Amino acid sequence: MMRAEDTARRLKQRHRAEKRFRFYGIGAVAVALVVLALLLGTIITNGVSAFTTTEMRLTVLLDPAIIDPEGKKNRDDLLQADYGAVVLAALQKRFPEASGRSERLQLLKLASPGARDVLRDMVMADPAVIGKTITVSVPASDNIDLLRKGKMTRAEAVSGAKLNERQLAWHDKLAADGAIRGTFNARFFTAGASREPELAGIWSAVVGSFMTLAVTLVVAFPLGVAAAIYLQEFAPKNRWTDIIEVNINNLAAVPSIVFGLLGLAVFLNYMGLPRSAPLVGGLVLALMTLPTIIIAARSAMQAVPPSIREAAVGLGASPLQVVAHHVLPLAMPGILTGSIIGMARALGETAPLLMIGMVAFIVDAPASPMSPATVLPVQVYLWADSPERAFAEKTAAAVLVLLAFLVVMNGLAIYLRRKFERRW
Amino acid sequence: MNTSALLTLIVLMAMGGFYVGRGRAIRRARAASQSLHSLPGYYGHYVALAVALPALGLLALWLMLEPSVIRHLVIADLPAATQALAPERLELFYNTVVNTARGRAIGASADPATLAAAAHYAQLRATGQMALTALALILAAAGLLFARGRVAPGLRARPAVERIVMGLLMTASLMAVLATIGIVLSLLFESIRFFDKVPVTDFLFGLHWSPQTALRADQVGSSGSFGAVPVFTGTLLITAIAMLVAGPIGLMSAIFMSEYASTRTRAVVKPVLEVLAGIPTVVFGFFAALTVAPFVRKMGEAAGLSVASESALAAGIVMGIMVIPFVSSLSDDVINAVPQSLRDGAYALGATKSETVRQVILPAALPGIVGSFLLAISRAIGETMIVVMAAGLAAKLTANPLEAVTTVTVQIVTLLVGDQEFDSPKTLAAFALGLVLFCVTLALNIIALRIVRAFREEYE
Repeated sequence: MMRAEDTARRLKQRHRAEKRFRFYGIGAVAVALVVLALLLGTIITNGVSAFTTTEMRLTVLLDPAIIDPEGKKNRDDLLQADYGAVVLAALQKRFPEASGRSERLQLLKLASPGARDVLRDMVMADPAVIGKTITVSVPASDNIDLLRKGKMTRAEAVSGAKLNERQLAWHDKLAADGAIRGTFNARFFTAGASREPELAGIWSAVVGSFMTLAVTLVVAFPLGVAAAIYLQEFAPKNRWTDIIEVNINNLAAVPSIVFGLLGLAVFLNYMGLPRSAPLVGGLVLALMTLPTIIIAARSAMQAVPPSIREAAVGLGASPLQVVAHHVLPLAMPGILTGSIIGMARALGETAPLLMIGMVAFIVDAPASPMSPATVLPVQVYLWADSPERAFAEKTAAAVLVLLAFLVVMNGLAIYLRRKFERRW
Repeated sequence: MNTSALLTLIVLMAMGGFYVGRGRAIRRARAASQSLHSLPGYYGHYVALAVALPALGLLALWLMLEPSVIRHLVIADLPAATQALAPERLELFYNTVVNTARGRAIGASADPATLAAAAHYAQLRATGQMALTALALILAAAGLLFARGRVAPGLRARPAVERIVMGLLMTASLMAVLATIGIVLSLLFESIRFFDKVPVTDFLFGLHWSPQTALRADQVGSSGSFGAVPVFTGTLLITAIAMLVAGPIGLMSAIFMSEYASTRTRAVVKPVLEVLAGIPTVVFGFFAALTVAPFVRKMGEAAGLSVASESALAAGIVMGIMVIPFVSSLSDDVINAVPQSLRDGAYALGATKSETVRQVILPAALPGIVGSFLLAISRAIGETMIVVMAAGLAAKLTANPLEAVTTVTVQIVTLLVGDQEFDSPKTLAAFALGLVLFCVTLALNIIALRIVRAFREEYE
């Protein structure tokens, strides 16, 4: 009797342990999924607001006395003119009570320094507007932007010395007039880096990323595929090829920052290639991506059945013709999939590029692979480091753009695999 | 002519060579009413390769040798007083010369000796470029003439072309080896220069790390400010925290996925977990700095603890999240590799699922799991962006996860980012740290692969 009871009790215990264990498993998966959701959620909630920006409608007199006192409409003079004074005059007309140097400065700070660029571009595009009074939307300062988006409360603005009471009062008046409104932030996609958060954009970083990846692709893809062909199809099995194989596997596990050190020592210091250039970045990332492509290409070629090779040989093809005409085309979808995944990883890589100086402050998109550039993940890093609060949303938005690129690339890889992969 | 224009020209000449070779082969075969040994295209490739290969080889050789040749010539021509400088000073002088010649010098107050050397440098480069262009074009033309002359119906073009292509394929496979050699050599050379200034033992066993103060010459080496132990312990602390997060979560989710989850759950959850592996590390770093670090700080303060804003805990947790997929997918693989017969045997003896997992599957899969943990550790040690963005800069010898510590990768980044002169021990120290990092991760990977391989043989 005792034994049966014992067994029953023990069975209950064991079943409880079983349930507990199962619960731990579910818990672990749940934690991982929740963390992923939290990560993406944080970035999305922080980032989407950066896709809108705040503009301020001003009635501006393009005063010839300020812009073009001599009336010659000389391009250089127009380019150099003091458009800040024009903006200030417009604001002062709206708020005549602002007097004294410091108050005027506070007033001017409601508008972004980008406001003068807007006016300058207008004048440069059509000098005939000089002397006219126009209503124009200019970017507001980052603090006004944060205020409108609710990312900064009025109390925080005052306590953090971002906006004082007087500036808040001016802001309220403008807002009451409907002169402050949010619009789509096109500048974010078309501008380069800027010290002013409201003017900063990702365009130059996107172009830099594109150039860097182009170099990576041009170097790593042919080299990787050629190496894979040799190792998979032709290499004799001996110690030498064993060394190469072990080497490739180890290279795949080297921390990315070490590749950056290699780039710094060899490409920059020994070969004297320019710092911060997409060419060097691309070469470093190519070395990093090479093992991925080789491994992917080898397994894709391995999946091509021997019958195809034998049939080709039977028809009189040379070994190289077998590979070039049959194995390689059949393996190509797999090779492309692996390469795209490798490229996606290269796109998100930051650390080695810091080593070779791609942390430069780049306003204009790089003109060639030899000119200084930065890339999207490095831009994220730089913005994340900026003390201005308004850069936090820019950072999250840049992350969103980066993730969008990665989703597209990985989606393409999955599509290729689904569409072309053949099972024999 | 600059290098890219020369490259384009050579490629164009090779393309021309293809048509020349193919056309000539067809014409000569027709004239002699003889059939070609190979397909006509191979004659084209034959000529194209003869045009391109020697010229491109020369170009590559030049790009590799140019810096050291010019350096040698410029230094040989310097005044004796400059040549007599200590090697490091000479190096510095030469760097200034190069930067001046390339218009990248900081400040225009170069002395006449530098300016003269810079002019010499620029002139040598110009001459070299001109010689290179001429020589490359002559080689290409000679290749064209030679190969064109040899094109005849009886020429065995296909075997010749295939031999060359095979050689190229082999060279490509050597590139990976070359990359490794490049890494090892560049790390070694710079580290050796570092260890000239700071003894190895001071570096590996010293307890005080403050590279910034070592800029003054009288402090170098003797002050012992390059003692890397606090940096190593910081790395270990953060890695340990990461593994405390990733180990249980990764292993339990691998067990759940392979033993408990239905095929449908698995098909959904597994790819989603792998998304974690595809997120760029800079995004994790941003997440750590923006969300996790303030959260940890708030929690700690609520519990009455003082937490540094760049605590090791926050960086470690996020790093742990990053390596979860490495642990889970590798462990998943090895658990799946355990033969079904072992499970069936355990069930037949009346074991519950969890008892089977704990007493049969885990012991059988243990080597593979250990291997996956080691790979994850190696990944965590080498990870850079999370710690750069979320961990501290100051090296502190502590095991308290609430304090800020620094890591090897953070130090490499801080030592090398921004303007530096290349020969100070400060920048060289980064290479010494890189060497340690490389060796440790390499060792971890080799051990992990050995363990996994040893396990595989058990059931075959």
